[in-house]
Amino acid sequence: MTTSAPATKLQTAKPSFLRAIFAVVQKDLMAEYRSRELVSSMMVFAVLVIFIFNYALNLEPALRTKVTSGVLWVTFIFAGNIGLNRAMAVEKDRGCLDGLLLAPVDRAAIYFGKVISTLIFMLLVEIIMLPIYGLFYNINLFNPGLLLVILLGSIGYTAVGTLLSSMAVQTRTRDILLPIILFPVIIPIVLAAVDASGKFLTGAKMSEIQPSLTLLIALDVIFTSIAFMVFDYVVEE
Amino acid sequence: MQKKPTTLLALDIVSLILLGVSTYLALIFAPTEAVMGEVQRVFYFHVATAWVGMLGFVAAGVSGIVYLRTGNLKWDRVEMAAVEISLVFFFITIVLGSIWARPVWNTWWTWDPRLTTAAITELIYIAYFMLRQGIEDPDRRARFGAVYTLIGAVSVPITFMAIRLFRTIHPVVIGSESAEAQGGFNMTGDMKVAFFFALFAFTVIFVDLFWNRIRMGALSEKVEQLKLKVMQ
Repeated sequence: MTTSAPATKLQTAKPSFLRAIFAVVQKDLMAEYRSRELVSSMMVFAVLVIFIFNYALNLEPALRTKVTSGVLWVTFIFAGNIGLNRAMAVEKDRGCLDGLLLAPVDRAAIYFGKVISTLIFMLLVEIIMLPIYGLFYNINLFNPGLLLVILLGSIGYTAVGTLLSSMAVQTRTRDILLPIILFPVIIPIVLAAVDASGKFLTGAKMSEIQPSLTLLIALDVIFTSIAFMVFDYVVEE
Repeated sequence: MQKKPTTLLALDIVSLILLGVSTYLALIFAPTEAVMGEVQRVFYFHVATAWVGMLGFVAAGVSGIVYLRTGNLKWDRVEMAAVEISLVFFFITIVLGSIWARPVWNTWWTWDPRLTTAAITELIYIAYFMLRQGIEDPDRRARFGAVYTLIGAVSVPITFMAIRLFRTIHPVVIGSESAEAQGGFNMTGDMKVAFFFALFAFTVIFVDLFWNRIRMGALSEKVEQLKLKVMQ
């Protein structure tokens, strides 16, 4: 790649990788704290999805226990889609992305910064949604296993999602495009996450949950490292 | 205009002949399978088209990587040609499979790993073309296309394995068969002839289509350039 040669020369002037990530995260959190538009819209949307599911699936007690993990994950993925779209659209709309790219930091730091801030928003929504869902359906969802699965699934989802949404915002069709290009590639994550959450909720043996958990961890590593490797090509001008 | 290379022309004719012979072998020469009857003849083209779809899938992933490494737009054309061919052939595979599954499995569709993976691959390819459509700058279009094929190339095999964690009813005619599979059979000598010939014929057809499509990509690019020149 052509950018690597001058980049190494500038190494001394560059702030450290971790500090660059931290700066991007801090900027996003600050912007969200002041505007409060992203998390609130994700949250309202998530509640609405649960309401729609309630009537679409007619969630009776007997059926509920079987579909809870599925309903939760669909809710998270749809809400997360809004978050991902918004997180990158904000950067693109006001030309912030160009500003970020001009900064003398490794572009992977920008990528990880965006992933971490989107992940924080998504986890925040998920953590609030769990008791709301529990309240509606009288289930206790604070199961450490479930929380772990939610964390792992969200990491993989935002890792691919951030990469693809930074591609989607640079196209003409923008927000319509993101779910179309994102959903077919995250199917293995959904599969493993729904399976593992369902088993944790029904109290299955650890040996039964193990394969899905291992798959989730492997997917997180694979998707994060690929996105990290190709992010440069996506934001290159 | 640039004339079509003679080798390519010859390959076109050979492909047509091979397709004809392969059709004869599959429909007439091969013996009728005892349990499933005539519908089993779908199998020869079903596996052969799936094989071509796989070839296209691998070719797309590889040319995506080569494009990202070299930045040569030629590889973008190769990648797009591979994706297009793979899209069409996987679609034929799914349709043929459904025709076979209706009498044998008593359903057009089941959520089996192979069926689902083939369908997801189709969805990824459609998304790929939608992604490309939204971008005007050719370099960016090529870069995004390559990145997306790369992600797809990683995601699809994992999806396959992930669904395989659950049960499958798809028969494995070559290699080991799982206990739950339904509709499997053993090939006799004449069936093997028809089967391997179909594989060979479709491989040649793949090469022929691939070459033609890459050439067409190059020509259409030339047309674009000439148009721009006329406008100036």
